[in-house]
Amino acid sequence: MAINNSPTNVFNLVWNFFASVKLALITLCTISLASIIGTIIPQKESLAWYAKKFSPKIAQFLDLFSLTDMFGSFWFKALLGLLSANLIICSLDRFPGIWKQIVADNLATPLKRLVTIKRNASWTTSQPPKKAVDQLLPLLSGNGWKMTTRETENGLLLFSQKGAWTRLGVFVVHTSILVILIGAILGSILGFKGSAMIPEGQSIEKIQSVGATAFIDLGFQVRCDAFAIEYYQNGMPKEYRSDLTILEHDREILHTSIKVNRPLTYKGITFYQSSYEGYKDFIITLADKENGNTKTFTVPFQKQSEWQEKGVRFGVINAEADGERIARIKIWFADQDGTPSVFWMDSGSQVTVDRQGKHYLFSARQMYATGLQVAMDPGVWWVYSGCMLLLLGLFTTFFMSHRKIWLFVCEKNNTTSIFMAGSVNKNKTGFDGIFSKLTEKLRNLN
Amino acid sequence: MNSSQLLGITTFTYLFSTLLYVALFVFKVKKLGKFATCLTVIALLIQTLGIGLRWHESYQMGIGHAPLTNMYESVVFFAWTIIVMYLAIEWKFKNRIIGAFAVPFAFLAMAYASISNDATKGISPLVPALQSNWLIAHVITCFIGYAAFTVAAGLGLMYVIKDTGAGKRSSDDKTLLGSLPPLQQIEDITHKTMIFGFIWLTAGIITGAVWANSAWGTYWSWDPKETWSLITWFIYAITLHARHTRGWGGKRVAWLAIIGFFSVIFTYYGVNFILSGLHSYGSN
Ligand code: HEM
Repeated sequence: MAINNSPTNVFNLVWNFFASVKLALITLCTISLASIIGTIIPQKESLAWYAKKFSPKIAQFLDLFSLTDMFGSFWFKALLGLLSANLIICSLDRFPGIWKQIVADNLATPLKRLVTIKRNASWTTSQPPKKAVDQLLPLLSGNGWKMTTRETENGLLLFSQKGAWTRLGVFVVHTSILVILIGAILGSILGFKGSAMIPEGQSIEKIQSVGATAFIDLGFQVRCDAFAIEYYQNGMPKEYRSDLTILEHDREILHTSIKVNRPLTYKGITFYQSSYEGYKDFIITLADKENGNTKTFTVPFQKQSEWQEKGVRFGVINAEADGERIARIKIWFADQDGTPSVFWMDSGSQVTVDRQGKHYLFSARQMYATGLQVAMDPGVWWVYSGCMLLLLGLFTTFFMSHRKIWLFVCEKNNTTSIFMAGSVNKNKTGFDGIFSKLTEKLRNLN
Repeated sequence: MNSSQLLGITTFTYLFSTLLYVALFVFKVKKLGKFATCLTVIALLIQTLGIGLRWHESYQMGIGHAPLTNMYESVVFFAWTIIVMYLAIEWKFKNRIIGAFAVPFAFLAMAYASISNDATKGISPLVPALQSNWLIAHVITCFIGYAAFTVAAGLGLMYVIKDTGAGKRSSDDKTLLGSLPPLQQIEDITHKTMIFGFIWLTAGIITGAVWANSAWGTYWSWDPKETWSLITWFIYAITLHARHTRGWGGKRVAWLAIIGFFSVIFTYYGVNFILSGLHSYGSN
């Protein structure tokens, strides 16, 4: 066969290539196989790591084919691109056909075709056709079948359908995949991901971008007022909480706490509680019980601090850790009179220190930095909408169908004969039952 | 009586119903049929009670949460869903032979849950990341999907067995393979179960993504678990397309249902216990 290189033929070749379901199957299989590889080879480690784990040769090989960051590699993205092109062309290719079936003039279906429909029933009645139809119509519409009628040369043709639009279901499913991918692309172009570690009492206006050394300017400040961990009785963590304040030009705008699963969004940027760091510094608050004067200090471990106005000196001289967490601390406390007080206290608790005639409320806790994940993702609503569409589309495709019924009523030798046929595009057995019940009711009318 | 005892009884009762269904299939003692169904329903009720009691116990411990948050609890829910789904199929298609291919999975799941060291049975409080309604939605949707795929694999196995030369055309109730439902019907039920599972797995992946996004700000990070759930999803998408547009039928779809099941098991189990070994960074 000679190859014809005229432009339309090349176009057709390309079009048909991308419209084929075979390509879809091959692409889906390839993506699956690639993904399997991507789960077996640990991803996103350094070249040295792979060299140590496997061998330098293998590390080089992995790097050459981007197998160390496969899901971000050019060729994996190309596969997703191929899938998208396939979806677009295939949908465009089939849409006119689907549309035609939705808007088809079913009353123009020739009688010859109708009688070949397997799901059919026929019966006769002594009533004249017009009267018979008048009897049939209310019962049909009572069952949700609003009939349209047309006179033909042989008799009266009636038609009704349900769920013609459900044929769009597959189209919605395929479009939704594209919407999700668009959301992902938007997110990767317009959004960013980063992280920040903010010690208690401090604020930041830049965050570290994930996977790059760059810093991202937030355009406002975030201050960590406090970080707290709550524990269950068995010692498992129950809650990580950060009290955050948003500031713009040093003005406090918003004060809120975030927890895991309860992030804060400000100006499209979302802050997630993700980790923390415990310091060997302590936040110590001292209050003079007489006049209520209070002052808070950040005190490094085994360093002496001083509240000059009161002539008080104090420090943390020892600490007991429970894993990462400092559970108890030993305090050294002195003022001008008498020997210094030395005592143990639970980190996070408050005690009264009695000096000669003076009483101080002393509270101390370990200092933390809160670790935040920071993300801006303008694509996420596309992704979520796509997901909703996907579910709706799947539901329509799997559980709903396009059902049609025709009735043909004609008169022959003073008896009226009625022929009824029904067709459906899926779930044929289910429709069989509905159809036979309906014909039973119609037959029993006279 | 506490929840572990109830769930222990459930395991044994599923074992007995498994034996009854297999006996029904192999020895054709028709009279056993009603008995098998009764026993399965009773086991299901005991299990439901057990799950409910476990829920209640967690509240009594002051750490109340739905019993769907660790390996043990999810396997128990998995078994529960398999039985609910199987009973629905038995009722709808009036066929008890399918029980011999579905109920054993529920028994195996329960047996695994009760003897494995990987599945700790204690009720433990929820760490902060797990305190999310999206997680509950995620576990429920995923496991309904997994259970459907498990039943579909059982049906696929049944198809493959029936399709061997001897069984193919036989509908003679007296032969072993003849008593299996007609190939056409097995294929139909397999397909229906698979699309049911597909829609739930889709919902499961979506709710998982929403959960991840609310916890870490990333709805998809290609971690092995996510990736394997997507691979599983693709396998079923491939099966649907091959069947719908390329006319793949019967035997091939049956095999795909079986392959899909292995992918489900790997997504669920293998990723945690096989890939996690490959991904252990302990040495660094
Ligand atoms: C991840 C990607 C995809 C998903 C989740 C998906 C999903 C579906 C579903 C659920 C159906 C209905 C099957 C049934 O009724 O049993 C379907 C049908 C179909 N899909 Fe896809 N699909 C995907 C990709 C593709 C691609 C890339 C093509 C490109 C050729 C394609 C072409 C078709 C066709 C032609 C049908 C049959 C439509 C009809 O009913 O006439 N699909 N798809």
